[in-house]
Amino acid sequence: MLKIFAAFVKKEFYHILRDRRTLFILLGMPVVLVLLFGYVVTNEFKDASVVVLDNAHDDLSGKLRQQLEASGHLKVKADLRSYEEIESYFKNGAAKMAIVIPPNFGSDFNARSNPQVQLIADGSEPNYALTLVNYASQIIQQFQQSQAGAAQLPYRIQVESRMVYNAQLRSAYTFVPGVIALILLIISAMMTSLTIAREKELGTMDLLLVSPLPPLLIIVGKVVPYAVLSFLTAVMVLVLGYFVFKVPILGSLTLLLSVCLLYLIVSLALGVLISTKAESQQAAMMFSLFSLMMPTMLLSGFIFPLSSMPMILQVISKIIPATYFIEVLKGVMLKGLGMSFVWKPIAVLCGMVVVLLGLAVANFKIQKK
Amino acid sequence: MNAAITAHHLTKRFGDFTAVDAISFEVKKGEIFGFLGANGAGKTTAIRMLTGLNRPTDGEATVAGFDVYRQSEKIKENIGYMSQKFSLYEDLSIRQNIRFYGGIYGLRSKEIQEKTKQILETLSLEVYADKVVGELPLGWKQRLAFAVANVHDPAIVFLDEPTGGVDPATRRRFWEMIYATANLGRTIFVTTHYMDEAEYCDRISIMVAGKIEALGSPHELKEKFSASTMDEVFVSLARPK
Repeated sequence: MLKIFAAFVKKEFYHILRDRRTLFILLGMPVVLVLLFGYVVTNEFKDASVVVLDNAHDDLSGKLRQQLEASGHLKVKADLRSYEEIESYFKNGAAKMAIVIPPNFGSDFNARSNPQVQLIADGSEPNYALTLVNYASQIIQQFQQSQAGAAQLPYRIQVESRMVYNAQLRSAYTFVPGVIALILLIISAMMTSLTIAREKELGTMDLLLVSPLPPLLIIVGKVVPYAVLSFLTAVMVLVLGYFVFKVPILGSLTLLLSVCLLYLIVSLALGVLISTKAESQQAAMMFSLFSLMMPTMLLSGFIFPLSSMPMILQVISKIIPATYFIEVLKGVMLKGLGMSFVWKPIAVLCGMVVVLLGLAVANFKIQKK
Repeated sequence: MNAAITAHHLTKRFGDFTAVDAISFEVKKGEIFGFLGANGAGKTTAIRMLTGLNRPTDGEATVAGFDVYRQSEKIKENIGYMSQKFSLYEDLSIRQNIRFYGGIYGLRSKEIQEKTKQILETLSLEVYADKVVGELPLGWKQRLAFAVANVHDPAIVFLDEPTGGVDPATRRRFWEMIYATANLGRTIFVTTHYMDEAEYCDRISIMVAGKIEALGSPHELKEKFSASTMDEVFVSLARPK
């Protein structure tokens, strides 16, 4: 029986190796995704272009301008003369934010009559605009304190914030776990459902069912090569994250890989379940895309935080395996948590495995009417 | 035991629709049995029940002496099957296909090597052994599929519309292979809707709307329906009187 199984798995590898497209999806896509998310989807900014409209032209406004630029994150593109000019800079994208300093800035400040600095940002990219404005306000706040000196403001609350587990707020810390979740899902669930649907579409499934191969062996045989490959890609993403984006792995590597394996089984079971329903590759593909990939991207906490979503979406997110997987991944990688802290989501994933495998096997039997 | 296949009131219903309606027949060992009928007459459903792909709703049947309900695993070891959809892996080479099917029927690697050599020789495909199957002409693919369905030397070979879509000359060559196989003592159960092919069979049954309306040798049937060709026999059966 083992030899028969080996012959089956070998054939599956032939398919994968023959099909360049599949091979690319398996090996190339993870790298592309990681690099894309790493360099494109980022909240960090460097040398953001701003313009300054200095109506005061005094000593203090010059200092403020200097301080803004000294941070290294903002770059003053131009000094404007009139308010109207701002819009033209926004329109051709030359600047993302304008800093307007009022007349008599220095003297008002010294007279303690609260001069107002205006920040105008290009809201067509809301996240970026918000980050810029927050950042600039922070600098202005610091500037005010350093200029005024402690003595002048007797009652003052000093806020000191520190981000733990991700001190520099690197977006890589979020997307590396997210990409692993996404890739394992795509490869395991989508590729398995596709490959099984393909046998059905071509009619070769009948030949397999007519042969002495037990149906369960057919499924396992189809799934094993993809399981092996997706596990390798998960490791590849971890390595990329670690070396290229410096995402730490503080917790136990064994625990981390075991959880990857667990999530992989969930995804494979999902793939098999889809393939028992889908009669064609196209159906399998569409179903995987809309029922698995979209929810995983949007509702697993990968890109958008779950806590700010409406109740109903939060409830839906609870049935998405990636939600639990990402929770564990982040816990183990970034916080160095051990089993005693992450057993709950792991238990949920185990439960999902049992339910999904049960459903998949039951459905596969019913199919043989 | 002289019968390769027996069916007694074999029935398959899908909901309200009765695809196969209580058919009974017997196929002798070593016989080429033609299973005829128009598209949708229930041929494929019948063949799927006999090969264990579908479970019958009612009736009894045995294949190679094994019961279709209880011994489908035994049946699977004793039959070869070629479906109307072309059923080799188009993205694998001829050699890989033969190796795979030999492998899943549990042949040892030495046996597989011998079989591969033998098949390539019979079909004169030695030069193309490492070409992917998808590049072969349809007629060659069909003969290769037939050879692969025989790779484990089954007692009975089921062919479901094996020659769809090829010209008469190619069909003729395919039937030469069937004869050669039958001469080895193998039973051939073949469905078709080409009436000229019916003439090649030892005995035939004609299915109309789920029922077997005629059964006998081509000669007997032509006499019974006072027709000169199988085509006429078929037309007089298929047309409602």
